[in-house]
Amino acid sequence: MIKSKKYLKKQKLNSSGFVILSIGFALLVWFLVTRWGDLPAFILPSPMQVFNRFWISIFDGSLLRHSSYTLLEVALGLTIGSILATLTGYLLAKSPALERLISPYLVASQAIPVVAIAPLLVIWFGPGLFSKVLIAALIVFFPVLVNTVVGVRAVSKDYYDLMRSLRASRWQVLKYLEIPAALPVFFGGLRVGATLSVIGAVVGEFVGADRGLGFLINVGRGQYDTALVFVAIFALVLLALILYGLVILLERRFLAWQHSPQKDTLVEILE
Amino acid sequence: MTSFLQIRDLHITFAAENGGLQVLQGLNFSLNTNDFVCILGPSGSGKSTLLRVIAGLIQPSRGVVEFVSPADREVKVGYVFQQANLMPWRTVLENITLPLELQHIPLENARHSAMELVDLVGLNGFENNWVAELSGGMAQRVAIARALIQKPDLLLLDEPFGALDALTREQMGSELLRVWQVRRTTVLMVTHSISEALLLSDRVLVLSARPAQLVADLTIPFPRPRLDTLRYTPQFGEMSRQLKSKILP
Repeated sequence: MIKSKKYLKKQKLNSSGFVILSIGFALLVWFLVTRWGDLPAFILPSPMQVFNRFWISIFDGSLLRHSSYTLLEVALGLTIGSILATLTGYLLAKSPALERLISPYLVASQAIPVVAIAPLLVIWFGPGLFSKVLIAALIVFFPVLVNTVVGVRAVSKDYYDLMRSLRASRWQVLKYLEIPAALPVFFGGLRVGATLSVIGAVVGEFVGADRGLGFLINVGRGQYDTALVFVAIFALVLLALILYGLVILLERRFLAWQHSPQKDTLVEILE
Repeated sequence: MTSFLQIRDLHITFAAENGGLQVLQGLNFSLNTNDFVCILGPSGSGKSTLLRVIAGLIQPSRGVVEFVSPADREVKVGYVFQQANLMPWRTVLENITLPLELQHIPLENARHSAMELVDLVGLNGFENNWVAELSGGMAQRVAIARALIQKPDLLLLDEPFGALDALTREQMGSELLRVWQVRRTTVLMVTHSISEALLLSDRVLVLSARPAQLVADLTIPFPRPRLDTLRYTPQFGEMSRQLKSKILP
């Protein structure tokens, strides 16, 4: 408490300064490798070439168009996947019988890499938006489900006793106890899900699409336009960071009571 | 004195693999309105189970738990557990208002009643703190305030100070007495401390080892208000000795 804001601010500055330094260093190494390695641009373009390609794709509008399409897929997939996973997870947590019945299928479904079933889903549902949303939702489903089950199961029996002694209804137990108690673990799953959803959408676009950042990577590869591949990859990284940051913001909003939230560097940059 | 709670022929048997575990065997007693009654007994004798039956958390295997309620309404029970059992995602004030929120009482009124209790249990200035910031004794004060907010007809205390250090424990005992004198209600408290029982209660019930039966029902004669110095009087020592011989014959 007494440790003033000034002290905290200084720490924050230090760590973001450190991040900028480390990015700068990586860029320098990259530049030196392209300079002295004498590599052709279609193997490894220099930072300047990637930057130029970035401006071109900004001005012709293609980067924004493809990014926003991927963002749409990711947002829908993440939302639908995590809502379904939360509902299923809650049911599984409350009913051990249901869990015994369903969990073998759930675990088996996780043993199949999404990359392997993505072509199937594109065959069945076409190369449009729906198949990408479905793949993203599938990949988000499991981590969110598992964390929901763990979070709800971990609610202490003592709290249930308290709620029963206060004659709380089933609905009140859910609202006043189970949801707030399971929220921290649930958010852990959502963080993982947010980054995975980007992977899901890109996998879908690789298999068959005419739009999106995954599609853009394919185009770049086909035309030996490696700089474009880099631009698309950086756009994907940015997308994943933004999503992750949104989850962190939600966490901040809903878990204000957690006194010492694990402060990772990533969180501090995003703030 | 009117009889408020009657327990008749109460049996509790827990289903277990090897034939079932009999915890309570034929308890009979009644509580008078506004009495402060302590239950003493050896560890594992089913004292907590008795409170849980009275609170309606467990069904009796045999026998009756009957409230003789003067008004024509459901009896309200406040329960304080050994662990404060506060919700870490709620502030001190929000923890205290919880029972009223569950009864759909407007938040403004609930807050008002909660502030009175914050004042009563001596937590002024802490009402907006998170419960993780409280000490064990403060947390238990919040738990007591939460149990009192719905003006319960019966307050069940299950070793409320068992997790506290000895000094805090003595202090909390006198605090509880003070709070009870302001908010008179019927109290049934499980404790392991003979001196706590003697200092606080009008009556002490002693349970035997499992399966528990009532082995003694003593009226504590010390006049109120009782001071902390009571524990150093010879009568107090004599009663302690007497009670101890009942618990561990």
